[in-house]
Amino acid sequence: MGDSQYSFSLTTFSPSGKLVQIEHALTAVGSGQTSLGIKASNGVVIATEKKLPSILVDEASVQKIQTLTPNIGVVYSGMGPDSRVLVRKSRKQAEQYYRLYKEPIPVTQLVRETATVMQEFTQSGGVRPFGVSLLVAGYDDKGPQLYQVDPSGSYFSWKASAMGKNVSNAKTFLEKRYTEEMELDDAVHTAILTLKEGFEGQISGKNIEIGMIGNDRIFKVLSPSEVEDYLQEAE
Amino acid sequence: MSIFEYNGSALVAMVGKNCFAIASDRRLGVQLQTIATDFQKIYRIHNKLFIGLAGLATDAQTLYQRLVFRNKLYHLREERDMKPETFASLVSAVLYEKRFGPYFCQPVIAGLGDDDKPFICTMDSIGAKELAKDFVVAGTASESLYGACESMFKPDMEAEELFETISQALISAVDRDCLSGWGGHVYLVTPTEVTERILKGRMD
Repeated sequence: MGDSQYSFSLTTFSPSGKLVQIEHALTAVGSGQTSLGIKASNGVVIATEKKLPSILVDEASVQKIQTLTPNIGVVYSGMGPDSRVLVRKSRKQAEQYYRLYKEPIPVTQLVRETATVMQEFTQSGGVRPFGVSLLVAGYDDKGPQLYQVDPSGSYFSWKASAMGKNVSNAKTFLEKRYTEEMELDDAVHTAILTLKEGFEGQISGKNIEIGMIGNDRIFKVLSPSEVEDYLQEAE
Repeated sequence: MSIFEYNGSALVAMVGKNCFAIASDRRLGVQLQTIATDFQKIYRIHNKLFIGLAGLATDAQTLYQRLVFRNKLYHLREERDMKPETFASLVSAVLYEKRFGPYFCQPVIAGLGDDDKPFICTMDSIGAKELAKDFVVAGTASESLYGACESMFKPDMEAEELFETISQALISAVDRDCLSGWGGHVYLVTPTEVTERILKGRMD
């Protein structure tokens, strides 16, 4: 199609109107481990597979779900190191907001600023786009919210979404299972069942990660034993 | 003469029952000469948030323009009005940015916050916030205003009584200060309406 001739430079449009590097970044995301999020009526849950390259890796040292502020958490699909950079920048932006206004940053504002950073890396010289899509879960005065941010810098608010490998099956499963009145515990069970759908091997508290935020507005990542409890309930 | 006393000003804000009042004098002077007798020192940020700026008039006007700019952008981005507490933190940050070349202003901020709870505060020219539950004062007449407010203030006054009290406190205080006066300008704000009144005092 001639697109490949334009894939060398990030900041050049191809004749078909695409920025090819962003398409490739989305492919990198699409081959990353599955992650998903569900917005319930009284909270949000995000979850991801945590497949480690070898059984010798100390799984307690790996944490994919991160806290951005006490009431906002994030999970990614794609390149882990890229997500660390974004988490660091987002945390700093949230603290800058607090320093200025002495008020916790609203979820939409933080998502917008993170998306702006990601967009900057699609329009600057000498840089490449981030190879991650983020799922941001937060609870503020507007209630529970779930946002997805893509390498292009576009962001969407979702009731439930999935990213990474197996995304189409996961989304179909979520579409069937999702209800508006779902409560947080049901959402966690649905998240676990969705992960199980495409899971290779035996699912356990050690190879998935779950983060949730409820009415208390405190985001927490569940410990492996807490995840095991939910897994047993979901059986 | 201190730079804060170049133009002359008197500002006071008081808390009532589910309402607040903010009042200022109307004189603009250049040291001993009076230039204007209808100078505005209290500005509306939105219907439930007012800021009065005492001190050097040019800095007051510039600072007000900067704050309106920040507030408008905030409103566009966040699609909501700024709470008074948030606005006060913003003013404090803006003032401290100029720590070593400050705005020669003393702001008085008054607003209705969540659930229409009245909020008042003042700060010095480099952003040290002082929250109060009853009243705050600023300007060249501040010492007289402290005395007048302390004796006249009662907690939980209704709107009309609050208006009377703040007006009496302002007029009696500026009468003791040669750099402020020439009438008064009072805003009385309740959850449902904003009333603006001009006071006639000693025109000297």
